Amino acid sequence: MIPLLASKLILKCLERENVEFVFGYPGGALLPLYEAFRTSPIKHILVRNEQTAPHYASGYARESGRVGVCLATSGPGATNLVTGIATAYLDSIPIVAITGQVDRALIGTDAFQEADITGATAPFTKHSYLVQNAADIPRIIREAFHIASTGRPGPVLVDIPRDVQLENVKTGLTYDKVDIMGYKPNLNGHSGQIKRAIKKIKEAEKPIIYAGGGIVLGNAQKELLTFAEKNNIPVITSLMGIGAFPEDHPLYCGIVGSHGYKYSNVVMNGADLIINIGARMSNRATSHLTKFEKDTDFVHIDIDPAEIGKNMETSIPIVGDAKTVLAELIPKDTITDHATWLAEIETIRLDNPLVYDADPPCSDLINPKVLFRDMSEMTADNTTVVGDVGLNQIWSALYYRIIKNRRYFTSGGLGTMGYSIPAACGASFATLDKPKEIFIVCGDGSFQMSMGELGVIAEHQLNVNIILITNTKLGMVRQLQFDTYGKGHYSGTDINFDIDFMKLAEAYGIKSYKVDKNADFNKVLPEAIKHQGPTLIQCQVHPDFIRI
Amino acid sequence: MEKKTCLSLLVENNFGVLSRISGLFARRGYNIDSLTVGTTENAELSRITITVTGDDQILTQIKKQLNKLIDVITVIELKTDESIIRELVFIKVKADDTTRSQIVEIANMFRANIVDVSRESLVIEITGTRYKIEGFFEMVEPYGILEFVRSGDTGLQRGGKILSV
Ligand SMILES: Cc1ncc(C[n+]2csc(CCOP(=O)(O)OP(=O)(O)O)c2C)c(N)n1
Ligand SMILES: [Mg+2]
Repeated sequence: MIPLLASKLILKCLERENVEFVFGYPGGALLPLYEAFRTSPIKHILVRNEQTAPHYASGYARESGRVGVCLATSGPGATNLVTGIATAYLDSIPIVAITGQVDRALIGTDAFQEADITGATAPFTKHSYLVQNAADIPRIIREAFHIASTGRPGPVLVDIPRDVQLENVKTGLTYDKVDIMGYKPNLNGHSGQIKRAIKKIKEAEKPIIYAGGGIVLGNAQKELLTFAEKNNIPVITSLMGIGAFPEDHPLYCGIVGSHGYKYSNVVMNGADLIINIGARMSNRATSHLTKFEKDTDFVHIDIDPAEIGKNMETSIPIVGDAKTVLAELIPKDTITDHATWLAEIETIRLDNPLVYDADPPCSDLINPKVLFRDMSEMTADNTTVVGDVGLNQIWSALYYRIIKNRRYFTSGGLGTMGYSIPAACGASFATLDKPKEIFIVCGDGSFQMSMGELGVIAEHQLNVNIILITNTKLGMVRQLQFDTYGKGHYSGTDINFDIDFMKLAEAYGIKSYKVDKNADFNKVLPEAIKHQGPTLIQCQVHPDFIRI
Repeated sequence: MEKKTCLSLLVENNFGVLSRISGLFARRGYNIDSLTVGTTENAELSRITITVTGDDQILTQIKKQLNKLIDVITVIELKTDESIIRELVFIKVKADDTTRSQIVEIANMFRANIVDVSRESLVIEITGTRYKIEGFFEMVEPYGILEFVRSGDTGLQRGGKILSV
């Protein structure tokens, strides 16, 4: 066997994982790997700050259903990845983060640009490796991709010392059979528990399906639709579950949580059986659900046994993959008539309508709720919308309708500002061969956290449209200050300098628009969509528009 | 209701495994009473015994979270009636010519060993269950305990059952 340079071996192994893009940023500890990139078919995309690199990988993964890869050098490069890795961890997104490390002999000496990145990220990686021998590379990379993408997906970090990259290895590329003693995710539901669940479903008078991110990640939308329709069970989603169920379906009952629809929370409170599929029941989703009847039953289906019973007592736990377990449930005899319950829900819906109107002075500028409602009518059926964090996120999540093959991505678990631009870029790279409409929704605060990535958008002429909601405030925190301390108790939430975002876009050659009326937005949106290449629409919303 | 539980783990000897396990306890706010690690008959594996305090819900979570760690192969609870759980303790007790023989007598009753003698102290080695050790402490307390060190619980299931991959 001809010896191969480890840096080349790493890229060969990534090729074997069908990696097309690596989102990265170079540095001293990665010199050998970057030298190898020159002759590799894998495309390296130079991000503009390592902080965004895991978000690119995340957006790529969510759009393509494959593992996203990001790369950073040792020390500051690696620590810059931390927030993005934690973001992917809380949303269970499969990414592999590769970091350069100082030479093996220097580890532990506080060498230049040394940081213990496996230690720093241990709380929010699914697993991590420090490569100590180049011969282990094929096994470690295969395992990293396997662990990231199977079971409950999540980020895996591989830390590779510089001198390991320079070793010559006489090892085969192939490492096909993954055999990790302590990692055997369980996909099929336990038949006894499934039996018990069926009994409960049959008995329930007011059942509800609570669909989480597990449906979306597990690609189980079709199975969920079949199961819900067959049994006439209404479906509520979490923020991460947006896209699990078509929002124009009669059984659709909205989004639950502190930032959900009022009617959805009322419906959830009234249920006598909650069939939770792939939702974590985090405090943000359930904090307001205080009125659960004592006899509300919970069936909890989740691929991660540790989620079951963590935040909510569960009557029937089913550990398994959403798609597999639903496929097991579908043929079972569960058909029941929930006509009374569905009628009750209809009344709840009518009693708690979505409120779109606003009063002056808020109504003098753009009404963001109406904006997203209108946008739902004007965009394609396969549109991807990536929401950032803040009021802009909640408005886009609640009022942009996810139907057909549309998708909605956001940083649900960690709520990381600055997510939308890089994640949408990652999604855009995943669709280069079949371009589609990809929208970024962000606020003036979150935009400025990842603004440097406009450089990547411009360089690659990515087909993304930025809906920039400017209210000259860190709106959501300001809203919290108002709710907690009262009017006038604003502190540190003004974005006082009036930035000319159009000029900024112009500097990057990005076509831009500025609108302060909904009618004008509706005029420019089709233009922006038609435009080949990136666009930015600055939408002016009144600072006091804080209703969601 | 809070109770003490003893867990026995079989883990892969990978880089960072111990810090992953102890880190898990720290960040999830679980209380570790003791933790012991050692090699096994298989050079690639280690065995860890952890004693924790918590209510049922927390203990279940701890087991599940431990199982989620990739390096962790098996986690079992060592139930007191089905297992042997022991701890090794060294105790340095004040002892002079008037008290030495009394302390030795107590040590003999507990089947403890005197492992070091000086003019003003004795070091006693005792192995046993938590209850036995507590009992011994109570007995030698009046003589003056200078210092002691505890290994933490370690244990094995009784009978033919073994913890395997
Ligand atoms: C990295 C990060 N820092 C701070 C916060 C806290 N935070 C949540 S929303 C928000 C304001 C967002 O402002 P903007 O992007 O303008 O959105 P708006 O609410 O005004 O629509 C802040 C600061 C966060 N979620 N993430
Ligand atoms: Mg804002």
